[in-house]
Amino acid sequence: MTPSATVLGFPAYMKRLYAFTLVVLALSGFAQMPIFKRYYIADVPGLGWLAQYYVTHVMHYLGAALLLGLVAYAVAGWLAGRPRPRLTGAGAVRAALLVGLIVTGVLRVIKNFSGVYMSADWIVFLDMLHIALVLAYVMAAIWAAAGKKRWTTQP
Amino acid sequence: MPSISRRHFLKGSMAAACGLAVSRGAEAADGGGGEPLATLLDIRKCVGCEACVLACQETNGHKYPQPKKPYPKMYPSRVKVSDWSDKQDVTDRLTPYNWLFIQHATVTIDGEETELNIPRRCMHCVNPPCVKLCPWGAARQEPNGLSRFDPNICLGGNKCGEVCPWDVPQRQTGVGLYLDLLPSLAGNGVMYKCDRCYDRLARGELPACIEACPEGVQTIGPRSQILAEARRIADEIGGYIYGAEENGGTNTIYVSPVPFEEINRGSEYGPGRPHMEPVEDQMKLGNRLAAAMVLAPLAGAGAAISRMMRAAQGPEEDKTATDSAPDEGRDRP
Ligand code: SF4
Ligand code: SF4
Ligand code: SF4
Repeated sequence: MTPSATVLGFPAYMKRLYAFTLVVLALSGFAQMPIFKRYYIADVPGLGWLAQYYVTHVMHYLGAALLLGLVAYAVAGWLAGRPRPRLTGAGAVRAALLVGLIVTGVLRVIKNFSGVYMSADWIVFLDMLHIALVLAYVMAAIWAAAGKKRWTTQP
Repeated sequence: MPSISRRHFLKGSMAAACGLAVSRGAEAADGGGGEPLATLLDIRKCVGCEACVLACQETNGHKYPQPKKPYPKMYPSRVKVSDWSDKQDVTDRLTPYNWLFIQHATVTIDGEETELNIPRRCMHCVNPPCVKLCPWGAARQEPNGLSRFDPNICLGGNKCGEVCPWDVPQRQTGVGLYLDLLPSLAGNGVMYKCDRCYDRLARGELPACIEACPEGVQTIGPRSQILAEARRIADEIGGYIYGAEENGGTNTIYVSPVPFEEINRGSEYGPGRPHMEPVEDQMKLGNRLAAAMVLAPLAGAGAAISRMMRAAQGPEEDKTATDSAPDEGRDRP
């Protein structure tokens, strides 16, 4: 069967889930650096977990799984959409950054398996790239939100 | 008591199987066939002479921190200076200037109170959390199973120290890259620990502590052979093994005549003095979740397809799939 004149929508709860996922990823991601304890953020009641590295490690993985699920949902819907929605410029920028984040993230997850050796230079490069992509995505998201820019338009 | 002598062990397995021989070059200094090298420490043999401790200091002294004083003031005030530069002669614990120390445990063997001497240093975990969780890539693991920190990149945040189940990495303030960045606001020096004499191994030489020991306490070789030898000794003496399973397995295997609970009871532990308790694989939960990450995109794509199929078959039944489409992405970050 081929769906005709059907475009996958994102109900409000899914948009909230996406925003929640990004917040979890950003918090647990920056918590990988030893800054939250130093700067008293982990002292805020309810945020103590931010200073527990194994907790934030697992949180980041859970957030990544959620993100992968949501991205796959969007991509599958986009590919199967009839007519296929067109990515806007703002959508394309964010999509490219997301792809970069996912690729570097997946490589870092692979690195964490037992018996996987990555050269030090490669690890440093991946770390820096992952952080740079996050910062770029945050800026792109703010730019898109400020300009009320959409991800896709109908052809 | 039969045990493989250092010389014999080296000749028989190490040189042959792992080719520490210079002929195979530095990059070949692993356990052969991609297998890591592990060390075996026969606790019975150690007399506590500290020749190994001295050898480590003499060999690796040039890697020790040389901090510049006064140290930059750090903010906020809760950030404490870790300064061992005036206590470089401390040898009864791990410090940035002492990567190996002899732990003493009072135990009872055959009804007789006995003191065991246990050389302690980094365990060189098979999957080292200190390396894998370092946020900068300052920590590295080499295919021959050793882990070490790059003093030129490390910022001294002590994350490795916190995630290490044995509290092995030790910090020295006033050295390293952080001084060139924002020394008041981020970083606090460099972390130090046993690097298993990576440079000597690369040259085809033994780690200094192994070479210096007059009692042949330590042997080094491919991990499977080291484990087999550890089990053989343990079987022979009715002994116990530590390090084979701990934290998912380490490349430092201790054999003891008494259970490690007894060693734990009979010794002092604390900062810089690692315990010998059972340790769960710290990376296990995360790595299991990684499997869930493979399923997540399948679930997401499946949900999208089934939703669209329902919408295509009966738009009335599933209005959202099409109705919300014009809104798509409007308020998403
Ligand atoms: S014992 Fe600690 S410092 Fe050594 S490899 Fe394991 S986690 Fe790293
Ligand atoms: S292996 Fe080398 S660095 Fe490690 S304790 Fe022995 S001498 Fe020191
Ligand atoms: S040199 Fe050998 S016998 Fe002496 S303390 Fe070190 S391991 Fe023990």
